[in-house]
Amino acid sequence: MSTTAEQATFDTLEADEVLLEARGVTMRFGGLVAVDGVDLTVRAGEIVGLIGPNGAGKTTFFNCLTGLYKPTSGVVSFAGRPLRPRPRAVVRAGMARTFQNIRLFQNMTALENVMVGRYCRTSAGPLTSIVRGPKFRREEAETRARAQELLEFVGMPDVADTLARNLPYGDQRRLEVARALATDPQLLLLDEPTAGMNPQETRQAEVLIQRIRQTGLAVVVIEHDMRFIFNLCDRVLCLVRGSVLVEGTPEEVQSDPRVIEAYIGTSADEPDETGSTPEDGAPRA
Amino acid sequence: MRRPQIVTDERRRRHGGTGWLVALVGAVVLVGAPYLPWAYGDEAMDDMTYLGGPSPTQFLGLALGAALLVCLLAARFLVPRLPAARRRWFAWHTGASAVATGALAFQAVVVVAVALELGGLVNVEYGGWIALAGALLAFAGTRLLVPERTATLGRVHSPGWLVIVVIAVVMLGSLLLIAHALDEDDPGVFIALLVFVGAAVVLVLRVGLGGWFSSQTARFRPVLVMAAFLVAFAFPFTQDGSNANMSIATQVLIFAATALGLNIVVGLAGLLDLGYIAFLGAGAFVAAILSGSAFSAVGWNPPFIVTVLISGVVASVLGLIIGSPTLRVSGDYLAIVTLAFGEIFRLVMINLDGNDGPDLTNGSNGIPNIPDLNLLGFDFGEPHVILGVEIPRFANYYFLLLVLIGLVIVVFANLNRSRIGRGWVAIREDEKAAEAMGVNVFGLKLFAFAGGAFLAGVAGAVKAHHDISVTPDQYVFLESAFLLAAVVLGGMGTILGVLVGATLLRLMPEKLRFFDEYRLLAFGLLLVVMMRFRPEGLIASRRRQLEFHEDDEELAAHTGETPPGAGRVEPEGAR
Repeated sequence: MSTTAEQATFDTLEADEVLLEARGVTMRFGGLVAVDGVDLTVRAGEIVGLIGPNGAGKTTFFNCLTGLYKPTSGVVSFAGRPLRPRPRAVVRAGMARTFQNIRLFQNMTALENVMVGRYCRTSAGPLTSIVRGPKFRREEAETRARAQELLEFVGMPDVADTLARNLPYGDQRRLEVARALATDPQLLLLDEPTAGMNPQETRQAEVLIQRIRQTGLAVVVIEHDMRFIFNLCDRVLCLVRGSVLVEGTPEEVQSDPRVIEAYIGTSADEPDETGSTPEDGAPRA
Repeated sequence: MRRPQIVTDERRRRHGGTGWLVALVGAVVLVGAPYLPWAYGDEAMDDMTYLGGPSPTQFLGLALGAALLVCLLAARFLVPRLPAARRRWFAWHTGASAVATGALAFQAVVVVAVALELGGLVNVEYGGWIALAGALLAFAGTRLLVPERTATLGRVHSPGWLVIVVIAVVMLGSLLLIAHALDEDDPGVFIALLVFVGAAVVLVLRVGLGGWFSSQTARFRPVLVMAAFLVAFAFPFTQDGSNANMSIATQVLIFAATALGLNIVVGLAGLLDLGYIAFLGAGAFVAAILSGSAFSAVGWNPPFIVTVLISGVVASVLGLIIGSPTLRVSGDYLAIVTLAFGEIFRLVMINLDGNDGPDLTNGSNGIPNIPDLNLLGFDFGEPHVILGVEIPRFANYYFLLLVLIGLVIVVFANLNRSRIGRGWVAIREDEKAAEAMGVNVFGLKLFAFAGGAFLAGVAGAVKAHHDISVTPDQYVFLESAFLLAAVVLGGMGTILGVLVGATLLRLMPEKLRFFDEYRLLAFGLLLVVMMRFRPEGLIASRRRQLEFHEDDEELAAHTGETPPGAGRVEPEGAR
């Protein structure tokens, strides 16, 4: 599923070469410290899980990585080069994301949605677009073919002409993945890809992410579904109140008493001062 | 949004037969009434005082009645005899409802026009009342008919020659209609004609022919476009060398070309620009200054091609200057800044008079005596004889403007169906998501803004020569508002819609001079009504229609399959 150009990039990358390196990423909103000095290293081909109770700052951290927020302090670098906190620069560097609440272009067809993802990898300008020059036609055909290919890759070859808003929920999530893949990323950030899915759809999502990894991409995934996380991830970070509580293999994190405490709440002698209810963020193991 | 339902489906089923009969009586009355006198004075409309001799306007009423009769009879007697597969080709009942509504509006306009033109309802003779009563009967009766769901004619495949013949007939018909309508001096007759055309178009769409036309002509899109341009080119030849109508036609074309440029900004990129007229003005002033007019402060007089390009570039540079700081913020701010920009432009042009600033524009007097264009030895100021028909001055500009409009249409349509157009849609749909997918949001907005300004500048350059003089007071806010109204009324994001909107908005004030004082009131009302009932405009782009009806599942479900029977939903920018 990779283009030749992308393949070339991968050939130059060592298997355990560092793709994404975030050092001391901090995001303050006024007095609130949403993300507090988080370090994250992702190597090529790795699947990293990001867990933590609601409000722990996982999505904010994603927004810092992808340039939607400009971090208050900290450095994010990608494939050895520092990243400017601009969404476009991030996408061009090779990092794409999906959203926690699906943000498809609802009134565009599935194919058009994916084609928008190709925007940053194409360059037909106004002039060639207006006169329908050879460059425009070549690029347009390529874009279309690639978008269809990606729809097939995520397992929905027949929905090209269906409006995004008419797709069932699970398909909308998959379409978002296809759209992100269209930007030719080396690293995919998935924000709760199975939220609201039934067990069968969750299983399909798992298979899809495995297949994405097989094509050589690294994946960082925010999830609450523990089984999903432990089936997939090479490494798991648990984020609590903006900072990394535990980092390790799924087994280590799963058995760590601090993680359980952060999710389920504290024992009786140490009352939970935030008073948060664990229902929403509780692990669905 | 729930509308109160007086006529329920249940009542329709029970009283459908009665309704049909009532409507039939109404239709017969409508056909007969034109042979009776409608007015007591012959000054009203086009002399409707004769018994047994209908005037042209009365014939229009007759035609509506006849169409209704055909619909009703076909629904009752023709459909049951057809093989099952063909029974749902036409939506006869839906068509009957539409044409009855049109007939009622038509008769009401006639009665009101007679009353206004002769001074009182007493001047309406019995025939007029009978026709109105017939229309009321027809209207009431057709409400009780059970409407067909959709007409399936759109899915029927017809031979190519038939489609091309139909295209030719439609185009020829519209040519004759436009020529006829422009010659109509009586405001009442003009409005009645508009209502008739509206009713006829809605009838054709509803009864199923519209769906057939749009699905069949999709195969012959180039033929359709060429035919439309051919008709437009043929129009001056119907005018016998008269300048009067050509002057109106050129004004319509200038207005339409500018509105199409604005439609790129508003309809495609989704940016609200309330000062667009300033870009037209910038182009016009640049062209005037470089025209070699004795009143121009600059002596340089380059060839027109160069002038046009300079006009466009100056306008787009202005667009960049205004756009680059403001396009980073969201819609409302842009609207306010562009509104202010329009005013600033006008004031600057007034002040560049040598007293308050450098002498460039002659202040509020503007630049008069702009010479006519002379392209490759073709003098636009002189009448020419082509194919034995005299082509007067305005007709020369008309041809030039047609070329310009063709250019704008190509730019509009091709940008829309490209990577850039997809980017614009994505920005309109969800700016944050578009940004996160790597779309150059700021760059695309700026391009739309500057590109739209360029087109307006080019149109302005032609306008300067067409108008002979350029003054700052031609470029006031009201003109921007009318441009925007043309886009919104016609249909944001469509070509045909904006052409229709611009034509209506420019033609109506010309034809309804007596109405001048109430012009703004009427347009205000019109826009309010449009916003309530059809916010996507007269001719809607499919995507815009979806955007305006977010919760309409049925509408969304239809797209992506064969076009719905009504056929009024056009793919975006397809025309």
